[in-house]
Amino acid sequence: MLEIILVSALNGVLYGMLLFLMASGLTVIFSLMGVLNLAHASFYMLGAFFGFEISRRLGFWPALVIAPVLVAMIGMAVERYGLRRVHRHGHVAELLFTFGLTFVIKEFVEMVWGKLPADYRVPSALDFPAFTLFSTNYPAFRLFVLLISIGIFLALLLVIKRTRIGLIVQAALTHPGMVGMLGHNVDRIFMLVFGVGVGLAAIAGVIAGPILITQSSMAMLLGPILFVVVVVGGLGSLGGAFAASLLIGLVQTFAVAFNVSLADLFGNTAVGAVLSVWLSDIWRVTVAQVAPILPYLLLVLILIFRPRGLMGTRDT
Amino acid sequence: MSQTRTLPHSGAVGVSRTGALARYAMWVALAAVFLLLPYVFGSRLALSTMSLMGTMIVFALSYNMLLGQTGLLSFGHAVFFGLGGFVTVHVLNMASSGAWALPLPLFPVVGGLGGLFFGALFGAIATKRAATAFAMITLGIGELVVSSALILRRFFGGEEGITTDRTEVMSFFGYSFGPQLQVYYLIAGWCFISIAVMYAITRTPFGRICNAVRDNAQRTAFIGYDTNRVRFIAFSLSGLFAGVAGGLSVINFEIVNAAQMGAVESGTVVLMTYIGGVGNFAGPIIGAILVTWLQLILSDATQIWPLYVGLLFIGMVMFAPGGIAGLLAMQGPVIAAGKLHRVLPWYLLALVPGVVAVIGLSIIAEAMHQFSIRAAYGPNITLYSMPFDVTSPWPWLTGLALAAAGIWLFLRAGRLARDAYDEVIAEGRTG
Amino acid sequence: MIESNFTPALELAALRKSFGPTEIIRGVDLSVREGERHAVIGPNGAGKSTLFHLVSGHLQLSAGNIRLRGEEIAGLPPQLINRRGLSRSFQVTNIFPRLSVWENVRCATLWSRGHRYSFWSAVDRLDDVTRRTEEILSEIDLIDRWRTPAGVLTYGEQRALEIGLTIASNAEVLLLDEPTAGMSHAETERVVALIRKVSEKRTLLMIEHDMHVVFGLADRISVLVYGQVIATDTPERIKANPAVQQAYLGTEVA
Repeated sequence: MLEIILVSALNGVLYGMLLFLMASGLTVIFSLMGVLNLAHASFYMLGAFFGFEISRRLGFWPALVIAPVLVAMIGMAVERYGLRRVHRHGHVAELLFTFGLTFVIKEFVEMVWGKLPADYRVPSALDFPAFTLFSTNYPAFRLFVLLISIGIFLALLLVIKRTRIGLIVQAALTHPGMVGMLGHNVDRIFMLVFGVGVGLAAIAGVIAGPILITQSSMAMLLGPILFVVVVVGGLGSLGGAFAASLLIGLVQTFAVAFNVSLADLFGNTAVGAVLSVWLSDIWRVTVAQVAPILPYLLLVLILIFRPRGLMGTRDT
Repeated sequence: MSQTRTLPHSGAVGVSRTGALARYAMWVALAAVFLLLPYVFGSRLALSTMSLMGTMIVFALSYNMLLGQTGLLSFGHAVFFGLGGFVTVHVLNMASSGAWALPLPLFPVVGGLGGLFFGALFGAIATKRAATAFAMITLGIGELVVSSALILRRFFGGEEGITTDRTEVMSFFGYSFGPQLQVYYLIAGWCFISIAVMYAITRTPFGRICNAVRDNAQRTAFIGYDTNRVRFIAFSLSGLFAGVAGGLSVINFEIVNAAQMGAVESGTVVLMTYIGGVGNFAGPIIGAILVTWLQLILSDATQIWPLYVGLLFIGMVMFAPGGIAGLLAMQGPVIAAGKLHRVLPWYLLALVPGVVAVIGLSIIAEAMHQFSIRAAYGPNITLYSMPFDVTSPWPWLTGLALAAAGIWLFLRAGRLARDAYDEVIAEGRTG
Repeated sequence: MIESNFTPALELAALRKSFGPTEIIRGVDLSVREGERHAVIGPNGAGKSTLFHLVSGHLQLSAGNIRLRGEEIAGLPPQLINRRGLSRSFQVTNIFPRLSVWENVRCATLWSRGHRYSFWSAVDRLDDVTRRTEEILSEIDLIDRWRTPAGVLTYGEQRALEIGLTIASNAEVLLLDEPTAGMSHAETERVVALIRKVSEKRTLLMIEHDMHVVFGLADRISVLVYGQVIATDTPERIKANPAVQQAYLGTEVA
């Protein structure tokens, strides 16, 4: 029991950190540019596939560097030649543009790599158990992913708190309109922020690819969870995004680990007898089956009752 | 006084007679087209295609009640299409087993009622917020419903869905609706009715206020309207017509499954409506026909047709946000001034390099596809009647050259075309 | 000008509004008599537009009361306040850009004519709506531009349309926020004549910077400085008021 809890906690934190790598970029892009990048998870997917392809040819370590840079450059081009042009047509047009991007990126991935999962393997250098918790071996690669995520998080923190561009980003998180008025080269900042934002998502893709499945559907599966994180955490708040990422990462992991159903809970009681008839379809449903629904449910509920999220400073 | 002025509405004295006549003529022409199409395109395949198009027209028009008319961007509209279909299919099965006596032509009403019910149910939640939050809520609701579908197997039939037999309900004046021709006419009839009703709704106070909410929701409150209530009603009505489309789909294919409520279907209707043109009532009709046709034609020619449709969509968002209908509408004043001959040559001049660019890009895309996934089929591919070996540099160079030259020339010619257009418009203002 | 009866058309009592730690409206008492033309003037940043936002329901007040004809309206959403007979215009033109001039005005008449959310009656056949729309378009002198999309109008025409939207619902209390802002002399004359005509049997509360306009139109003037009303009086007495003169820092008060 304790074993499951500890391992799940580790995995939950891991998942949460990955979510944060992506959510941070999404939050900053939204706060600075006012556009919710629906294609953010697609760039994560691109990172995973580029990472896979480069790993195959040059090895994992080069992939770790090249793939995110490649994706970041694509992101900057998208911002410069696409998003910027669409910006003047309004928010709906921007949303539609990023929506179209998800479509095109998915088709591109399927065109080149197909629809089946890619055989993205853990690099052999890290393919050993790091330590043993009770009877479970915890893989070194996962530990590596965890450490790298934390490392990037700290680097991000440093950049935000200590550099000039970080200061601008902080200001933009709560007062985007003012930033333009202060005379900064807004265009260049937008391009950079977009590039770095999707680059972070790509890093998440490169390192998560071997753990989570690398497949053309991965963007669609992860996308809504990303929005949940950003909304729950609160638009405009990096701290909120961090908290929400960990929260959701842990909740999802624990939900899958503890696979109970209503039947398990109420099974042999009188209440159970009644409920089993009335709720026949969902009686035997386990938490694991319901787990995919939870993020969306949370998203809808938060948007209705507390659109500011946990720590947000702005509404959409 | 005001009687002698040209009163601005269709019921005006003097202007109205020709205006109303033209309007009636259009509806008659539309009905005639629906009636006569099977005589022009009579093959089984054509009838199936037209039936599908008819369904998609209703679906896309219902979506535009949200997007084009009220400014609501929804990413979960297929939910109402699907739920309407599920309600229809269950009632159909109940009617077939003798429980109810309802002729087939009335079943789209059942779909509509289902769509209306769920539209109101989810609309009450979704319309509490606007803009981006609304879009995300619809996304969330869409995913929620699809995920629940796999759990609630009784209603949604699991992965296989629910099937039915449309010929087993009570016959309608002797028609059993087995043959596709009869199904076509049923769908065409409902398509016509839906178009007419949805058009009529745009000409009501509610329809006008929807436009006001789209343009400036804040101001609409200050002229006395509760904008959330307006959005709620629009959402419910669009759910109704999406449900009708879902019912038509069930009648056509005799099956419905949970995937039809999913993100892909919701995305497709966004594409259809936008490519056709959201600012114009006829836009979604054009878009539904075009995208359905592309899906059918292109899917024979190439496996990567969704990529092309996606790129077309992005292209429209970036360069022609009014969609095809918007582009056509822009020619209105030019045609009215009799100056079409001034711009048409420029348009054609721009079209040629445009086509070349598309060909070039498609060569690269197809070559990429052949190189990677279809590698097992060998390196040889025939594109536009030209053989290519994708392991050689030829397809890549050809594609790149055509694409680069095509794009460059297209941009140049496009600028000339735009200048010619602006010139004609400016003359129209001063002349 | 009608003699005041006991219930003021609009009454603000101890009105306060804070944005976070900053208090913008710091205790405003204002009473507008029925049928009166009342102007609110004051230096920039005094909170005049904020006041209008509070009264019209655009912002929630922090403390105090707002009474429309004796009925409390504080806390109500904008549409409910509008339905009770208070209509406002905006300083920054707030029209429906993609709709034609005709549609703009027509939309503003619909609720007051009883055509709520009706999606079953043809709007073109509603004669009362058509008549009222034509009436207003003639009054604001935009009848010839009825087909033009509102976003394409000139600035002056848009300001006129703004007023048109405000009067379309036949509200008894009109709030006009700097109606002549940015206008030429000729345009201002025209708008003033328009305002005078439409406010004839109504109550008017107006924010203005143009002192000619203020002194030509207003029965009484209230001076708002740093979120408080420092004086409410007839134009002549306001002109002579030393506190008012000081508030404007010696700037010529007409």
